[in-house]
Amino acid sequence: MERKIRVLIAKPGLDGHDRGAKVVARALRDAGMEVIYTGLRQTPVMVAEAALQEDVDLIGLSILSGAHLALVPRIFEELAKRGLETLPVFVGGIIPADDVPVLKQMGVGEVFGPGTSTQDVVAFIKESLGA
Amino acid sequence: MLSSRKAWGLDLGLESAALAGDRRALARLLSHVENGAAEGRAALAALFSRTGRAHIIGITGSPGAGKSTLVGKLAQEIRAYGRRLAIVAVDPTSPFSGGALLGDRLRMRELASDEGVFIRSMASRGHPGGIAHATRDVVLLLDAIGFPVVIVETVGAGQAQVEVARVAHTVVLVEAPGMGDDVQALKAGLMEIADIIVVNKADRPEAKQTVRALQFVRRDMGSAGHHGAGALQPATEPVVLGWDPPILQTAAIESQGISELWDAIQAHRRYLEESGAWDVLRKRHARAEVESWLQRHLMLLLEERIGELRMNEAVDRVLRREQDPATAARNLLGAALEPDRDPIA
Ligand SMILES: Nc1nc2c(ncn2[C@@H]2O[C@H](COP(=O)(O)OP(=O)(O)OP(=O)(O)O)[C@@H](O)[C@H]2O)c(=O)[nH]1
Ligand SMILES: [Mg+2]
Repeated sequence: MERKIRVLIAKPGLDGHDRGAKVVARALRDAGMEVIYTGLRQTPVMVAEAALQEDVDLIGLSILSGAHLALVPRIFEELAKRGLETLPVFVGGIIPADDVPVLKQMGVGEVFGPGTSTQDVVAFIKESLGA
Repeated sequence: MLSSRKAWGLDLGLESAALAGDRRALARLLSHVENGAAEGRAALAALFSRTGRAHIIGITGSPGAGKSTLVGKLAQEIRAYGRRLAIVAVDPTSPFSGGALLGDRLRMRELASDEGVFIRSMASRGHPGGIAHATRDVVLLLDAIGFPVVIVETVGAGQAQVEVARVAHTVVLVEAPGMGDDVQALKAGLMEIADIIVVNKADRPEAKQTVRALQFVRRDMGSAGHHGAGALQPATEPVVLGWDPPILQTAAIESQGISELWDAIQAHRRYLEESGAWDVLRKRHARAEVESWLQRHLMLLLEERIGELRMNEAVDRVLRREQDPATAARNLLGAALEPDRDPIA
């Protein structure tokens, strides 16, 4: 029986840069994971629907727009509506240091800023899934 | 099990929950099926009597031809008639890492918040035929759950990747100008399984040339060269004739030609039903399935009976050049099939 870690990498919000998200997606693939990449401008409903249909183990959100404090709670809300409130979520992007504890308080497992090594992301995922 | 995959609590209830429309239960069941887990096999066995109703449409063609974009638009067209549908999109697994980047959803964003559409991405997991080993079982489950239409998008395919013909009733081959121009190669495989041929990116002027090239190949093949979704049948069975694969043009990003494509797909289905080809196709699919399971069960049985020890001994004999591989295999088989061999040996 084959069992792979499945990760959703989503890019909610309105900014048009997905280079960082793609770098992470490729790094996770290279670490042996199956990465569902949904592209730019995902609404909270789209993120939650993709997580549900794809039965992912974990969600990575790339947010550069500065709207993280507004977006993240709405995404958690949509996840909860679908019974997915326990799915681990991490956030990558440009997040001011003051907002990191706020996001964690909301339920985000980890926040990765610019310049994070992709190895750290891989390690975080394996750790939070107990793999 | 990974920790996030907490016990469902009512794993036995997954099937009935999925049947009752619980999409999360369906998603989990699909994972079990994809992973070859016992829960998945049990669900398929229990739900099998409900299968056989869905129209299964295969979408194949060169990498980047626009398959996902087209599937997204086709799905919107089907939704306009109020029908629910499921999409299974296969992308390749990296042979180096075993991981995969599943990007087909990216081109189907209009469907992302429509609860009448269920999209599932699958990695090929090393299976060579353009779909994953478990794709057929995933499709069966979606059929059993009651989706009247299931679309399967293959890995961007070359000529040898024709396995979707074993799964689909209607195979649509998607090409685009400038990519499928190596038409001689197409002739060898994909053209033969295509029931409908689409030249996508018809917004580009070079599309006309691609259409002409494909028309030429089709004429060259004649209708005897067309086997459609039944292409992989045993050579002893007659090919059902009477369907000439049309060549259509679409510009998926501009939603051009989509309703014509849906019309052609439905015409093909009507043809299958009225000509009796539908039943022939189903019989072929069923036979191929039973044969493939027979092979799998047989291999497992033999491996178990032969055992690692005897296998290693045989390999050593071959290495020492005492026995050729064919003879070694035949001897192993003979020993494994002996009726009263010591079960503990
Ligand atoms: N000009 C033009 N471009 C298109 C059209 N349809 C799709 N594309 C573009 O072609 C590229 C590939 O489209 P996809 O839908 O991802 O193609 P695909 O065949 O699914 O690709 P793989 O799954 O990777 O094999 C994208 O950049 C699309 O925007 C079309 O009708 N016209
Ligand atoms: Mg695609």
